[in-house]
Amino acid sequence: MTDVGEVIARVHREEWARVVATMARRVGDLDIAEDSAAEAFATAVERWPADGVPPNPGAWLTTTAQRKAIDRLRREVKRAEKHQEASMLLPETPEPLGAIDDDRLRLVFTCCHPALAMESRVALTLRMVGGLTVPEIARAFLVQETAMGRRITRAKTKIKDARIPYGVPYREDLPARVTGVLTVLYLIFNEGYLSSDPAKEPVRGDLTAEAIRLTRLVRALLPADGEVAGLLALMLLTEARRAARLSATGELVTLAEQDRGAWDRELIAEGHALVRARLAAGRPPGRYQILAAINAVHTDAPDVRDTDWSQIVALYDQLARIDPSPIVRLNRAIAVAELDGPSVALAEVDGLPLTGYHPFHATRAELLRRLGRGEESRAAYDRAIELTGNTGEAAHLIRRRDQLAGR
Amino acid sequence: MAHYLLSVLHDDSNGSVIATPAEDAAVDAFNERLQADGNWVFAGGLASPGSATVVDGRAGEPVFTDGPYIESKEYLAGFWIIEAPHLDAALRMAAEGSKACNRRVEIRPFRPRE
Repeated sequence: MTDVGEVIARVHREEWARVVATMARRVGDLDIAEDSAAEAFATAVERWPADGVPPNPGAWLTTTAQRKAIDRLRREVKRAEKHQEASMLLPETPEPLGAIDDDRLRLVFTCCHPALAMESRVALTLRMVGGLTVPEIARAFLVQETAMGRRITRAKTKIKDARIPYGVPYREDLPARVTGVLTVLYLIFNEGYLSSDPAKEPVRGDLTAEAIRLTRLVRALLPADGEVAGLLALMLLTEARRAARLSATGELVTLAEQDRGAWDRELIAEGHALVRARLAAGRPPGRYQILAAINAVHTDAPDVRDTDWSQIVALYDQLARIDPSPIVRLNRAIAVAELDGPSVALAEVDGLPLTGYHPFHATRAELLRRLGRGEESRAAYDRAIELTGNTGEAAHLIRRRDQLAGR
Repeated sequence: MAHYLLSVLHDDSNGSVIATPAEDAAVDAFNERLQADGNWVFAGGLASPGSATVVDGRAGEPVFTDGPYIESKEYLAGFWIIEAPHLDAALRMAAEGSKACNRRVEIRPFRPRE
């Protein structure tokens, strides 16, 4: 029993969501579920070093959490002498819809409910499903701890007052609700991958790893959903490049300049396998599957010059058909530049309504530079630097700008 | 079961506050569905805000003031009170109601009775 601490940390990672989810179903109250789960883990920290780790840690924790919840309910009932409250704490929950019945899935859908503000969905998911503490979440999003605590409390109150159900959505609502869950997971991932705040590390592995862990969980719960698999593949293929993405001086390194030897081959293999499985499924892919396929093409090239740009443009065309947004057209244009040259790409970029979006200016800067239009390029770099909140990206853009001739 | 208030939000982009015959017909059909499904509690359309009177009866003689308590580009044009098992069910009704009356709808739960 040398490393009970490590065991507890592992059990926490593996069992937290299950304990919270089971308790939420049993007591019908997220607040009590969260608190009793936290108390159960605190009891484990106290007892396991002396008593040893129980043979079934998950069951031990659930039983302990249940006891804590009952104690609390008794205290509250006694204090308020509101006996009817005890019966109100066990309301009917919607019945499960067939195959995807799992308390943790109910928990995910509740935390990502569209009636909650996006920032609340993110915070709740990290707390209830991910098991991060409020201070950890506050740090991750550079929000005051008290403010983050209030945000989570408000969300829990709304869930209770508005009766946001603890259950899987109606079958007709399911695709949209799954998309909503994926949006939350991707947002967590992206915040780790490209932090939007200058006071934070440019790339934060804790958040990307957490997002991947949560997405793996959702994939285990919804194994037949192509978009869940697509998002997981997209995250893995992006995460695989993390080590190569930041230079020793803290500057972001573009895909073209990255040391591909530093890419994580294992994650790439797993991502590619997921993409291949989706292709073999033969169903029309959604946006995450297409984005994963694009990343699969990139990670397939041993050298940037080996990149199959025509394949990438074709995938962006496919993406533009389901999402004709200017951001997709901007990314497509970057691939077009490699295929048809910078002037063709610039013609596609100019006029996109993205003047407040720093990648628009960074892309224009690079294209103008390749066309030898130094002054315009410099102005575009300036605008991109002004708009980015990411320190690593700003460092990269400043260096590129300062390399322009005539300085 | 919980009760929810669905407030119909009217703003200038909706044009006249008076519902068109098509909107009226759609609302009637929606109301019938609510009743048939057992979700109906009460509903009604309101006259224009200009017809409102604010009454302050907190001290002594009540004071009457002509007009709505707040001049706003957006105001309540009508409402439903529905009964639903949970928010997901209520949201679907709100979406249907919004479509029927051709206006945005705010959904808000009643405080549970003690």
